[in-house]
Amino acid sequence: MSFEPGFHAEEQILDEDGRVLDGETPPDLDDDVFVDMYKQMRLCRQFDKRAVSLQRQGRMGTYSTMLAHEGALVGSAFALRDDDWIVPYYRDHGATVTHGLGFEHILQYYMGHEEGSVVPEDTSVFPICITIGDQIPHATGAGMASKLRDGDDSAVVCYFGDGATSEGDFHEGLNFAGVFDTPNVFFCLNNQWAISTPIEKQTAASTLAQKASGYGFDGVRVDGMDPLAVYEVTRKALETARDAESEAPRPTLVEALLYRIGAHNTSDDPSNYRQESETEPWRERDPISRMETFLRERGLLSDERIAAIEEENTEEIESAVEIAEAYEPDPDDIFEHVFDELPDRIEEQRAAFRELHEQYGDEAFLRD
Amino acid sequence: MATTTPDPAAVDSQTLTLVQAVREGLYTEMKRDDDVLILGEDVGDNDGVFRATEGLVDEFGSDRVMDTPLAESAIIGTSIGMAVRGFRPVPELQFMGFVYPAFDQLVNHAARFRTRSRGRFTCPLTVRVPYGGGIRAPEHHSESTEAFFAHQPGLKVVVPSTPYDAKGLLASAIEDPDPVVFLEPKLIYRSFKREVPDERYTVPIGEANVLREGSDVAVFTWGAMVRPTLEAAETLAEDGIDCHVVDVRSIYPLDEETIVDAFKRTGRGVVVHEAPQTGGMAAELTSTIQEEAVLYQKAPIKRITGYDTPFPLYALEDYYLPSAARIEHGIRETVEF
Repeated sequence: MSFEPGFHAEEQILDEDGRVLDGETPPDLDDDVFVDMYKQMRLCRQFDKRAVSLQRQGRMGTYSTMLAHEGALVGSAFALRDDDWIVPYYRDHGATVTHGLGFEHILQYYMGHEEGSVVPEDTSVFPICITIGDQIPHATGAGMASKLRDGDDSAVVCYFGDGATSEGDFHEGLNFAGVFDTPNVFFCLNNQWAISTPIEKQTAASTLAQKASGYGFDGVRVDGMDPLAVYEVTRKALETARDAESEAPRPTLVEALLYRIGAHNTSDDPSNYRQESETEPWRERDPISRMETFLRERGLLSDERIAAIEEENTEEIESAVEIAEAYEPDPDDIFEHVFDELPDRIEEQRAAFRELHEQYGDEAFLRD
Repeated sequence: MATTTPDPAAVDSQTLTLVQAVREGLYTEMKRDDDVLILGEDVGDNDGVFRATEGLVDEFGSDRVMDTPLAESAIIGTSIGMAVRGFRPVPELQFMGFVYPAFDQLVNHAARFRTRSRGRFTCPLTVRVPYGGGIRAPEHHSESTEAFFAHQPGLKVVVPSTPYDAKGLLASAIEDPDPVVFLEPKLIYRSFKREVPDERYTVPIGEANVLREGSDVAVFTWGAMVRPTLEAAETLAEDGIDCHVVDVRSIYPLDEETIVDAFKRTGRGVVVHEAPQTGGMAAELTSTIQEEAVLYQKAPIKRITGYDTPFPLYALEDYYLPSAARIEHGIRETVEF
């Protein structure tokens, strides 16, 4: 066995140009929802560009872009109910932002502020998870919590990449989900690269979706660069997740097949390990262009509307940048929130730190 | 075990950064011993995320430099399997924050194979781990948890602070018949270059290095904290405070003789490390000194360390890490006690 190269997804609605495939039907959504999806996808791409420029200017730390992942992230997040939870990793801001998290949080996190993980009370999103696959059992547990609470039928969507499927936590989290029959959607963004490791060196299985059968529930592979197919697959998976009465298992593993066209992050240089030409066939499947064609053909999008969307998105991003950059942490914050009540030892350390800070100022601490 | 310590000035040498010296060390050991293997994430075609394995897959092939799936527990677990069968694996775990999926394998298995099989099986592997703060890295990329490993009987733990020591300690670790956790202070991966001999040499595990002789106070440190400590010592010298600076280098086993002697010379001690205070290695050094030299003691032994808080995201990391000024202040307090 080995991973099947090329493009083979069982679920697809739009062809690579953005036209509805024969025999397929777009999701039953209002026209303005389709336009909103498009706007949100563009927002992600505009945000990525801004984030990378902030990193290059030294105004932000290491950042991983979502380039070519926008359709999978936005398409799936549009299928969620407000009270459904997202348990994210770090290349899925498009989903968490669609689910209500402001970009200023994402920026603050990557600017090195704990404030970035302060998810607002009314937003059902876990904090970003950097360590690979660790969040998957959290998502299963959050699903168990929905099940245990009377009257709570919220589902939990967990995002992760193809690399995460090699970690023990993937196996353990999905196995628990099968055993406890939890309301989970495990959403794998198979972008076929884990830094320099291509998918065929990550697994000898021909798909990632098939791994679900080992846990007793269904796996489905969707064209991850087709926002409409992703929406539809996620909607069905959420329906299954919520249906406590059904005999069918509640969890689903979704494999969104796409491609990491960009670098792993701003510290990575893919020319070390792959030819740029490898990305070409996937660039042609760009989710934003496909959605644009779909909307234009239905008369839902014009050049003027696109220009307006671009401008509104820019305003939203710039406002987030302004909020994020206005935030000034107090060095004393290091000692906050370690526990509900700080033990004496930490209080003593804080007192010593304050004394030193007052006596010598910032120069005594900051390196060049 | 042949130990040689060539004078870099007297032999053919290159000027290298610490990470280049690690790479040289790996190259030299792989040339010397066909059983030395590298495995890990991105160590092959990508040359390692820090370039510590640059060119090695081209030189030695993908059977000896293996790009693995993303799975730390299996990287260490399979290294153990190969080590027990006679190979000398040198697995790389990309950042210290990614060690924990493999912690079970290190603690319950790598550390115990010799003991539980009464020496029938051994586990000669060298686990390379970039560690420490100060590079504006994302969450989980900046911690220093050497004490976790030093606490585990059956594991050795070393930390080089110079390019010379990096190559020499790595050679010792790889030829060591037991598992060694080899921690690389990534803050100083490329901070400075030093002469490194081309020929093979070893820096023995279990030997500390006196970097500066002094009579007023002994200061013990390792890794990336060596530089700010030496800087503090220079400043203090201008005020007539004479620091004796020891690079501990071998976290387990400790070079008790050098450490205790340094303390006896001065009667005062300071330990500097990045890791949190509670349960950190400073406590172990302090206790060791007190057991051996309490009658020489003129002042409490001071710990200048990270705080008992999770390592902060990078905007505040400079406030967390001991700086030269903080080290200087602490040494002054100890001397003026």
